[in-house]
Amino acid sequence: MVAPTQTVATVDLLRWMPLIPLLASLINVFFGTRLGRKASGGLACAAVLASFSIALYIFWLLPATGIFRDTVYTWFESGSFQVKLSFQVDALTAVMLLVVTGIGFLIHIYSLGYIGHDEGMIRFFVYLNLFIFFMLLLVMGDNLLVLFIGWEGVGLCSYLLIGFWYQDHTNTIAGNKAFIVNRIGDFGFMLGLLLLVTELGRQGVWTLDFMELQKHVNLLSPDKITLITLLLFVGAIGKSAQIPLFVWLPDAMAGPTPVSALIHAATMVTAGAYMTARLHFLFVLAPGTLSLIAVIGAATAFFAATVALTQNDIKRVLAYSTVSQLGYMFIAVGIGAFSTAIFHLFTHAFFKACLFLGSGSVIHALGGEQDMGKMGGLRAYLPTTYWTYLIATLAIAGAPFTSGFFSKDSILWQAYSRPHGSTELWFVGWLTAGLTAFYMFRQLFLVFHGQCRADDHVKAHIHESPAVMTLPLVVLAAGSIFAGWLGAPEYLWGSRWDQWLQPTFGGLHEAAHGSETDEINLTLLTLAIGALGFVFAYFAYGRASKLPDRLASLAGGGPYRLLLHKYYVDELYDFLIVRPFTYCSRWLAQVFDPEVIDGLVNAVAKGARGFSLIWREIQTGNVQHYLAGFLAATLALLAYFLNQQ
Amino acid sequence: MDTSAILFYVISVFLVLSSLMVVFLRNVVHCALALVVALFLIAVLFVMLHAPMVGVLQVLVYAGAIMVLFLFVIMFLNPTAAEPRRKPWWILGSLGALLLAGGLAALFANGEAPADPVAATEMFGSPELLGKSLFTDFVLPFEIASVLLLVAIIGAVVLARREP
Amino acid sequence: MVPLDHYLILAAVIFAIGVIGVLVRRNLIVVLMSIELMLNAVNLTFIAFSRYLGSMQGQVIVFFVMAVAAAEAVIGLAIVISVFRHRQSLDPQEMQLLKW
Repeated sequence: MVAPTQTVATVDLLRWMPLIPLLASLINVFFGTRLGRKASGGLACAAVLASFSIALYIFWLLPATGIFRDTVYTWFESGSFQVKLSFQVDALTAVMLLVVTGIGFLIHIYSLGYIGHDEGMIRFFVYLNLFIFFMLLLVMGDNLLVLFIGWEGVGLCSYLLIGFWYQDHTNTIAGNKAFIVNRIGDFGFMLGLLLLVTELGRQGVWTLDFMELQKHVNLLSPDKITLITLLLFVGAIGKSAQIPLFVWLPDAMAGPTPVSALIHAATMVTAGAYMTARLHFLFVLAPGTLSLIAVIGAATAFFAATVALTQNDIKRVLAYSTVSQLGYMFIAVGIGAFSTAIFHLFTHAFFKACLFLGSGSVIHALGGEQDMGKMGGLRAYLPTTYWTYLIATLAIAGAPFTSGFFSKDSILWQAYSRPHGSTELWFVGWLTAGLTAFYMFRQLFLVFHGQCRADDHVKAHIHESPAVMTLPLVVLAAGSIFAGWLGAPEYLWGSRWDQWLQPTFGGLHEAAHGSETDEINLTLLTLAIGALGFVFAYFAYGRASKLPDRLASLAGGGPYRLLLHKYYVDELYDFLIVRPFTYCSRWLAQVFDPEVIDGLVNAVAKGARGFSLIWREIQTGNVQHYLAGFLAATLALLAYFLNQQ
Repeated sequence: MDTSAILFYVISVFLVLSSLMVVFLRNVVHCALALVVALFLIAVLFVMLHAPMVGVLQVLVYAGAIMVLFLFVIMFLNPTAAEPRRKPWWILGSLGALLLAGGLAALFANGEAPADPVAATEMFGSPELLGKSLFTDFVLPFEIASVLLLVAIIGAVVLARREP
Repeated sequence: MVPLDHYLILAAVIFAIGVIGVLVRRNLIVVLMSIELMLNAVNLTFIAFSRYLGSMQGQVIVFFVMAVAAAEAVIGLAIVISVFRHRQSLDPQEMQLLKW
């Protein structure tokens, strides 16, 4: 609940944060080619830098229990239902703002190098700035509708950017898949939103403002709240790639790597977690939904990690890794540890972006190669990339004192010790941590260690990326270590993070019930399984070994193939859903529409015609027939009047 | 039953008979002659009903001018073709007319009509009274009627002339 | 005195007889004559009412009906002549061109 001491202040500066990238995007749309590539790229980066500066300034200005607000105008009014285009910044939004604009800025810089030689570079920066605009709308919106605009908008930009190299048909198909699957989630979201509005309206309160909603949430019955939250969560499932709507994220790797880094790792996919955190007051009242969220999160985390074990494309491993880490965030949400979920979102943004940009650097160096089978030994050729990649890998694997260590351990500890958590949840999360360590180090070893397996002509051209690309890597790697120090457990130096977010989540941060010893023991357990993963990966991939092949052919190779083909989920969906759907559509288009609907219309016309063909026979041309008709009518009238008498 | 009543019933019998002759006789000239008789009998009825002026007009205009015109045209055209007759058509027509007559009779004979006429003034039905009505209350229809007759004359001349 | 009803019934009968002629006969001139018969039945009704209600208006109407009947007979016969010239027939059932 909102602490009673929260103060609200109006700050006009807020609207410029999304507005500047939007303007830059528009300028680049219309004048980009005239400005030239260097200038338009520079403009795009400068715009995000401006937003980041404003975000920093706002962050610095924001008092601990304060909320900043900026109402731009009233969007529409319908009776007592008013929706304004209005922004708000509280502690939670401030964090998100820094992540979006900060990491966004770094990725913009990186893109100057990565996309700089591409023909569609200007278009890229237009879309990227547009994305920043929509994402800022999402996190800064002070009501659910503005959030939804941002929600839809980032989906659009995701589609545009995945299919950036549209000449290749597979890319456009991937973009379609992303958009359509997202849309399915959005449908649930919309239903939830509408249900919320109408149910509150039934109680006489017409609003979608977060602060108003929080005040009046008690007017709703628990059943309704459960339904609403379930529907809203469906939207999060789509946007944040949880089971069963995760299938678009691996395919989204068809987009350029900066896109994967920004949209599909650091920001857009985390919108689901943000949304649940923003509406925590609603979700807290629906324990059923929360349990479901936790279970789905855990299942997704484990499931995606198992698939990541076998993938050979460098970006695919990272994609499934993202899905898995998002699962962790939802475990945290499901047990009510919202600030921990956002903490993991925060640290994940750093190390995942670093990993993706690093992989981009590798791909760039190898002239477009993405198959890890054709990599290896790149440590010597790409030192900066290697070291940043190593740091980020350590972070994601949970090596001590990296950011990932703190955030992941916090989640696991909360899962174990909170009243809403359970040992089962902890167990799944713990196993997944081990798997995570294994597949990430597998990737590290395959790509950077051992012999270089690339073709000769590729080998000849391997070069370290330019500074414009390596500098962001370094910054992100630093973040991967130090960003997590904000959320250290009590037995170390305590968490500034939870303190910071306390006004937003209020009394939700129940102290985890458990002793400090338990906490330390669990941390040690996690470290142990992480180390086990590392060791295993080292023996399988760090040295020349037959272990991978032996594992792959285990039990006849069945399990390996199952994992390699991601449990055949796509094929299942295609069979169960896509095919019947397209069949129905085709039937409707080719049979139902022309024959039934057109047939109906034609039948009406034919009927009218047939009718008239019959009736025109009355006009025989014989006057005496007509007169006979007169007589008949007269007789009828006579009968009527006689009756009246 | 006074004389006028007896006269009425006798005339009505003959009137009906001659009307039937108009409709049922085969020869057109016979039909025309029967019609003349009918018109004349109706003129008598008019006079009995204290409408001497209209009665005289009936004889002069209807039985005189119009019927002469009819006969003129009959002689002029001299149609020789025999008229085909179809039994079912006749039966149906007679039936319909019977129903019509019955319906109208039922409608009229509801006992609401005054049984006795209003006491008649001396002038009732006289040319003076008729003329007075025509030239005061009904002067406009009167003038239009004359225009109508003019138009009819012109129309008839145009319609019936031989193509040059 | 003869009640009004009797006059009216007489007129109705004449009218109905006229209707038969118009409907059934296949000689145009007889059809026109039957129309005249119907008009006269109506005239009889008007005059009867005029007498029994004591109003001159009935007679005035009859006056006009006669004028119009004359005009109509003239035109009708002119048309009959014209048609006969073209078709050599006075049968209305042979004049069915204006049909569907």
